[in-house]
Amino acid sequence: MGPLNRSQTKARLSNSTLLFIIAGIIFLLMYGIALISFPVSFRQFQTFFDFFNLNAALFIVTLGMCIVMIGGGIDISVGAVCGLVTMACAMLLQSGTGNVWGALFLALGIGLAFGLMHGFLIAYLEIQPFIITLAGMFLAQGLLTTLHKEPLNVTIPAFVALRRFTIEIPWLGTVNRLGVFIPCEIKPSVFVVVVLVVIYAVMMKWSRFGRNLYAVGGNRQSARMLGINVKKTIFLSYVLCGLTAGISGFVFLMTTGAGNIGNGSLYEIKAIAANVMGGIMLNGGVGNLLGAPIGTLTLLTINELIRAAGVQSNLQAIVSGLLLYLFIVLQSIVMSLRDRRKFRLALPPWLRRFREHDQEEAAN
Amino acid sequence: MRSEIILRMEGISKSFPGVRALHNVDFVLRRGEIHALMGENGAGKSTLIKILNGVYEKDAGRIILEGRPVHFKSPQDAQNMGIGTVFQEIALCPNLTVADNMFIGRSRDAVVRWKQMNEKTAEMLNSLGIPASPTQELASCSLAVQQMIAIARAVDMDCKILILDEPTSSLDEDETKKLFALMRELKSRGVGIIFITHFIDEVYEISDTITVLRNGELIGEYETAALSQIELISKMMGKALSDVAAIKKHELSQSDASVPVFAAKDLSSTAGVRPFDFTIHEGEVNGFAGLLGSGRSESVRAFFAADKVTSGEVKIKGKRAKIRTPLDAMKQGIGYLPEDRKAEGIIGELSVRDNIILALQVMKGFFKPLSRKQAEEFANQYIQLLGIKTPSIDTPIKSLSGGNQQKVILARWLLTHPMYLILDEPTRGIDVGTKVEIQKLILKLAEDGMSLTFISSEIDEMLRVCSRLIVMKDREIVGELRGANLTEQNVMHMIAQGG
Repeated sequence: MGPLNRSQTKARLSNSTLLFIIAGIIFLLMYGIALISFPVSFRQFQTFFDFFNLNAALFIVTLGMCIVMIGGGIDISVGAVCGLVTMACAMLLQSGTGNVWGALFLALGIGLAFGLMHGFLIAYLEIQPFIITLAGMFLAQGLLTTLHKEPLNVTIPAFVALRRFTIEIPWLGTVNRLGVFIPCEIKPSVFVVVVLVVIYAVMMKWSRFGRNLYAVGGNRQSARMLGINVKKTIFLSYVLCGLTAGISGFVFLMTTGAGNIGNGSLYEIKAIAANVMGGIMLNGGVGNLLGAPIGTLTLLTINELIRAAGVQSNLQAIVSGLLLYLFIVLQSIVMSLRDRRKFRLALPPWLRRFREHDQEEAAN
Repeated sequence: MRSEIILRMEGISKSFPGVRALHNVDFVLRRGEIHALMGENGAGKSTLIKILNGVYEKDAGRIILEGRPVHFKSPQDAQNMGIGTVFQEIALCPNLTVADNMFIGRSRDAVVRWKQMNEKTAEMLNSLGIPASPTQELASCSLAVQQMIAIARAVDMDCKILILDEPTSSLDEDETKKLFALMRELKSRGVGIIFITHFIDEVYEISDTITVLRNGELIGEYETAALSQIELISKMMGKALSDVAAIKKHELSQSDASVPVFAAKDLSSTAGVRPFDFTIHEGEVNGFAGLLGSGRSESVRAFFAADKVTSGEVKIKGKRAKIRTPLDAMKQGIGYLPEDRKAEGIIGELSVRDNIILALQVMKGFFKPLSRKQAEEFANQYIQLLGIKTPSIDTPIKSLSGGNQQKVILARWLLTHPMYLILDEPTRGIDVGTKVEIQKLILKLAEDGMSLTFISSEIDEMLRVCSRLIVMKDREIVGELRGANLTEQNVMHMIAQGG
């Protein structure tokens, strides 16, 4: 490259950091727009906390997806696994044979089982992750409907107590029209989100597994040459993602209190979208884990904005879709401007191969 | 004065199914020596290297490292014994920091100690004079610096022997100089360096010793200072200097005064060839000669826009033409048979018939499909004409022999009736009989008025077929030979002296 690069010994922002900053700015921008357009609801701190209170499971699913995406993969079974866990746990709790701890272990167990299976098939048998996790999605959905078709409310007292449990922040809140001070409320599931974010962020930055995963996502071939156990790393990333999906199912149940066929549906799609908005590239190897919660917040803000505007729900989906287009193209443009390379869409490795093949054919 | 020997490879042999890649090759490396390993395509350089760094296992022979016989089962094994390899394609992760790249995959600790890692890396970069910062993302470093970081990593892993496999092929002159400075620094530290390159001048600039391989056999080890360029080239090509083969005389088919069928001016492409001029007349067969990596293929690929063209203008029959994509070139009547048949030529799963009509169909556009009857007619016609041996026209092309695959691709281009056909190594890896057939075909096509460019690694072949040879060296045209001057000796002299 040009002399610019050669003299440049000062560290410039890494792609991950740059995309993370952009994600942060986009979130602030969206929230700013929301504040201006709908000051009444958005100025309340509770609205912000409710993002977490009501969508803790989505935040958690997004974290797991983020890890797999950094490794250059994808896991579209997470939403169905999350739903399956809610129903399985609800049944266990209602059957009277299990307590809350038993349900938690069941949730972790189901998540782990899916993670192990996907990890093994993808890492060691080298099958396309998209196909494998698609199969996993069908399997989990099928199991979910087989278990119980009707919504199942969890009524055992121990769980209801856990679900009802809220933490009030005495110094933060709003005064309603009657002049009564209403403190902000936080659900315990929010703590699960925060703890997981911290653990995963530390892991991605300071653990050998985390660094290896970035290397594998960046360039699998090189990672192998550098002495990294590529298969094991990919395997672990799916195990972790599955486990995280299991946790999210339990948290989902903590939020809604009922097992339901529709639980967690489309979460995989929302998680991918949230990660993309959070600056995690589908290509793998690029992205800050903290981008996952930021991206989720952006997604939720946009949805809330559209909802508050009173638009029809199908229009909501259209707007979300259009915005996602925008983000992906924006990412690609930023990346290509950086590398002064030819503009090309950021495609994940499991799609890229087909694309290159197409180009070859076109060239002939 | 020669220093202590650190590596001795004795009687190394290696065969792959159907190919004898190495036969009884000896190789010796001394401490603090830069040893160039030279040879043409298929000489066995990379096989030898891969045996040394543990990628392949040898069939026979011994490897003695610092006086002890060793046996490598994996690249990791070789690395632990102090043999570091830096490949042409940099095997680092662009999305990680420099320090990360230096240390990743080496420690068994569960926790990454950034501070310690960054400090160690800074020290290493400083001592080797590499202009990079430990916290910088690798992608923001130039290719040369990335290359150097890969070397620094190998050095930091206590390597005694460093293998550099074509490290300069993607570097510019300035970057190459910096790399050489680093190599000299390592040399002074006593590291033995095995250096593979296609650039002859680089060999003379940096190496102490040259080992030449040809067709999997050892030709000899020479001191660089005592071996002239022309001798080196003749050893690589396997032609004695005095050996002037009987060459069939060619008449130049057209006078230069006529309007050339294809003319390029100041053409260059992203593949990295210096801007060059080129013309070809009707019924002319010319060729690009030069060693592997001299830019032969890269030049002709620019005619077809197979790589992105960065400068220059092209005239077809005197008229300016815009050729931006291979399809543009095809529409102007240019055909290109690529060097890498498997990757760029055949579509293995498709039938012989579909492979033959492919180019014609593309030119017609997909909305005007050839009827099946027409396609079969065309396919049968060319299968007969070129004597393609295939069970049926519906056989997938991948089950045909290499020579027949090549004929299918040739048929594909002939079907489009190009006025200028570029054949890049059409005879590589096919049997002698078919080679001669293809050579005859080329001459016949030229007689019928087609212009052709023919490239082959076998210089005899080009001398037999071409009436004009453009000689290349280190990605530059160094001269042109025609008529009575078309001799092997002249080609070799031109490569040795040029540049």
